[in-house]
This record gives sequence, C-alpha cells and structure tokens, in this order.
Amino acid sequence: MAENATPLLSVRGVTLRFGGVVALDNVSFDVMPGQIAGLIGPNGAGKTTLFNCLSRLYQPSAGEITFEGQSVLAVPRHKIPMIGIGRTFQNVALFDRLTVLENVMVGRHSRTSAGFVENALRLPSVGREEAAVRVKALELIEFMNLTAFTDRVAAGLPFPIRKRVELARALAAEPKLLLLDEPAAGLNHDEVHTLEGQIRRVRDVQGVTVLLVEHHMSLVMSVSDKVVVVNFGRKIADGRPDEVRQNPDVIRAYLGTAA
Amino acid sequence: MTANWANKRGVGAGALLAWAGLALLPLIGFITENTSFDYYMYMGQSMLIYAIAVLGLNLLIGFNGQISLGHSAFFALGAYTTAILMNFGGWPYWATLPVAAVVCFLAGLAFGFPALKLEGHYLALATFTLAIAMPQLLKYKAIAGWTGGVGGVLLDKPDPPEWTGLSADQFLYYLCLFCAMVLFWLVFNLLRGRSGRAIMAIRDHTMAASTMGIDIARYKTVAFGISAGITGIAGALSAITVAYVAPDSFTLQLSISFLVGLVVGGIASLPGCLIGGAFIVLVQNSAQSISDWMKGTFALRYDVPAWAIYGVLLLALMYVLPDGIAGGCARIRAWWTTRGRREAQ
Repeated sequence: MAENATPLLSVRGVTLRFGGVVALDNVSFDVMPGQIAGLIGPNGAGKTTLFNCLSRLYQPSAGEITFEGQSVLAVPRHKIPMIGIGRTFQNVALFDRLTVLENVMVGRHSRTSAGFVENALRLPSVGREEAAVRVKALELIEFMNLTAFTDRVAAGLPFPIRKRVELARALAAEPKLLLLDEPAAGLNHDEVHTLEGQIRRVRDVQGVTVLLVEHHMSLVMSVSDKVVVVNFGRKIADGRPDEVRQNPDVIRAYLGTAA
Repeated sequence: MTANWANKRGVGAGALLAWAGLALLPLIGFITENTSFDYYMYMGQSMLIYAIAVLGLNLLIGFNGQISLGHSAFFALGAYTTAILMNFGGWPYWATLPVAAVVCFLAGLAFGFPALKLEGHYLALATFTLAIAMPQLLKYKAIAGWTGGVGGVLLDKPDPPEWTGLSADQFLYYLCLFCAMVLFWLVFNLLRGRSGRAIMAIRDHTMAASTMGIDIARYKTVAFGISAGITGIAGALSAITVAYVAPDSFTLQLSISFLVGLVVGGIASLPGCLIGGAFIVLVQNSAQSISDWMKGTFALRYDVPAWAIYGVLLLALMYVLPDGIAGGCARIRAWWTTRGRREAQ
C-alpha cells in the first residue's frame, strides 16, 4: 500500500461516553482502499461500539469519522449504505420471516428507488427494477454458495448459513467498505477456513475494502493487511499483523501483566 | 407460512379463481326462490367490508409489526366522511370513497408519527385510546350538526343502475367486491415489491433494516397511513351499504372484531383477510343460532350466552389452528405434498 494514498476510512479522536463509562477514548486509525483491516481487542474493549459509530447507531461524544473525505457523522443512519458502508452484526440480524432471496434483495434497498405508489400499481419500471434486483441477489447467493437455500425462510437455517446470508445481504448494496462484526464467531475450524477464503474473495473479486472485528486470532492475523488493537476503549497498537503480534502492550492486554 | 407466497406459482390462478367464485355468487339470485337471498347478499357485503378492514389491519400488524387497537376509529372516520359528503354535500356515493381513503390516510399518517416512539404494548394502549375516544367525539355537541350526535345520520341506499337488472343488495355486493379486488391487488403489489420487503424487514429486525438504508420513520408512518386509509374505505362502504351511521357502531368492540378476524384468518396472509372477514360475520351470527339450538334441543331453562359460545369457538379454533385458517391450510397443503412425495419414493 502506498504511504501517501488517501485513506478510504479515517477515524480521528473518536470518543464515546455512556454516562460515566468511557467506551471509546480518543481512537484514531485509517483504512486504506483495498485493505483488509482487523480490529481486535479483549472483550468489552469497544470494538462493536466503534462499529456502531461507523454505521451511525451511536453518536460519538467527540471526534470525526470521514469516508472518502466526507464526514460520516453528518449522514443519517439510513443513508450510510448509500455512501458505501455496509455491515454485518455480531448476533446475525437477519429478517427471519423472509426467505434468503428476499433478505439479500432487501440488501439492495439503497441501490433502488421504487416508491409506494409505483409498487402498488406495479408500473413497468418496477417490474424491470425488481428483475434486476433479483438477478443481482441470485448472483450474490451463488457467490456465497447459498443456492440450495435460496427459497428457504431465514429463521430455521443453521448458524453458519445465516452468517453467509448476512454477508450476501451486505454485499447487495455494493459497499466500498464492509464492516464485519465477528464473522468467525460460532464457526468450526473448517468453516473458519472457508470464511477466510470468502473474505479474500470479497476483497479480490468484489473489490470491497474490509474492516473486521474478530476474536479468532489466527484468522485475523492471516487475512489482515493491517491490524488495529484496542483495549479499554483506547487504541494500543496499529500496524502489520507481525508487528502487532510482537507489541508488548498487545501481549500484556491479552495475557495480562506478570505479577 | 413462507414469506415468498407472493412469488409462488399458482398464486395468480388461485386468486383469480377465488375472486371469480365470489363474483358469481350474486347470480344465484336469478335462479333461487329463497326470499332471504337479499339478506344473504347483505351478509356478503358485510364480509367483504370486514375483509377490507382486516386487510388494512394486516398490513400494519401482520406485515409491519405495529399493533393497533384503534382501527375502529379509522373505520368510523371513513364512514362519517361518506355520510357527511352524501348528506350535506349531495355527493354521489362512489365519489365519497376516494375522499374517505384520503382523509383516513392523512389521519393514519398523523397518528403514525407519535406511534414511532411507541412499540408493542405501549402502541396497543395508545391506539386503544383512539378507539374509546372516537364514539364520544362523534357525539360531541359542537359538531352534532354534522354528525347527527347520538342519533347518527340516515342515508339513502343507492339505487342500482337500471340496465344492470340487479337488486339493490346484489348491486352493493358488487360494489364491495370491486373495491375489495382493487385494494387486495394494490396491497399484493405493494408487498411483493421493494416497499413490501422494507415493510416486512422493519417487522423482523428494525435496526438491521435501517442499516440496509430503509428510512424507518418514513416507512412506518406511511404504512400506518395506508392501513388507516384501507380501513377507512371499509368504513365508507359500510356507511353506504347500511345507509346509516351512528357513533355506537364504532366502539372498541369493532376494533377487537378486526383483530379476531386477522388472527383467525391468518396473520400476514392476504387470503386470510377474506377468511377473517367471513369469520367475523358468520361466527357472530352462528354463536346466536347455536345458543338458540342448545336451548331448544336440551330444553334449557335459560339462554346460553352467545358470547360465551363465541369465546369457546374462538379458543377451540386457536388451539387447533394456532397460525389461523390460512396458516392451517398451508400446513395441510405442505403435509399433502410431502406425503405424495413420500409415496412416490
């Protein structure tokens, strides 16, 4: 990655307090276009909180987040996918009573425009738009190896499948930056291996920059170009995986200080 | 019930068949000698009107996940809009329908804004107040000149056009059927497209829906408005077919009837709305007949209360078909097809 390239995502001095608790304390880092960046830290370090700031579920008390030079904090929550940020959730937030296909089609909401009246009258333009949405959704379902589940209702599906559906749904909006919140949680060894390939393909084939929160160290270390480590809401390290692994602060955060 | 009902093969054919069947029913009037046929037609109108009201409520509760106990208020608003326009404006009955729809849509939209802050039980309570306030408001002295106060407004039943050769009740049945078909078609389209997916996504996971780019406030308020508008059309049709509106026809009990029709027919099911509409009319009537029959057959000294019979019927039905009649039919169908497959193997 060129040193002087402009970052896709830039987090500057982000601080978030919940009452007396400081969940994020002056966190700053950059994600370059085309990177896979890992955000790690012990439980309760503030990783998901930061994600929630990026997708506008939380409002930071201080700091600035810019995406392609534009302030993210000035964009309302539902416009976030329009500027190119997509995400998945730690607990997998699917639309349970919709099918896999419909879930992925909802992901295309931000790239389509038919309103209530056009839909109710089923104008020809709606038919065309729907057909295009369906084609795109089916493509992504195939990309994520979900074809066998296309018409299944999301509620009953096994957890690893649900995670893949969520990923396909996030990709449907054609994000430039994809936020993955613990994509490996609840997956077995083989499934994590598959996931690693999928994350790489998302970047290499779809051209999406990825920022992932993860506890699964071997996954983060092997897939990431860059790793940011937070602990107690503060950034304690930032760099290439091999650099971060040697960092004494990181070792202390994970293993505790010797007595 | 699977969610992709709208895209299933056979949905169009099934719907067409059902509507054609309903359209043929009044023709029995030309061959039957039964003197109460016009009364049956009147019951048919009521069923269709309830079906439309349940359709409106289903859009809100079944598909969008917002509960309302206040839809009797929108029904009343629609009915009074029609009554006042016909009585004071001299409007033809058909021209009042779109006005009732718009008035109720706006009222629903306005109520949808405060409803944004309320969920679940709290929304139920807030809408409950609508239902109990409406009859009182309609009796309010200052507007009694328009609403007729406690006494309500008497209207003229519209005459069918000469060339149709239909009786008044056959004609009004067709009017209700036409409105029902148009509204079901519009809602069906709405639900199978982008707006429908957004409406259902909000029901299933509001936060995830907002991160998909769905404007929650907009979709929820508009869904509330459309729901109220549809129920308002049902109210307007009821004013036309009954030719009378009075405050005490629009109590909380009416809201509960809609809710019963919705649950019995099937939550988030469009055919279920028609079934629910029929259920509301049939079962409330048949509870009385069962009560009469029991008194006669068992030579009881006192009447068995009809509402107790209604309650037992409802309990039994919910026990046997927890996801409503439409849901039960879907399950029987699924069982039938898998059985066929098993035997083929």
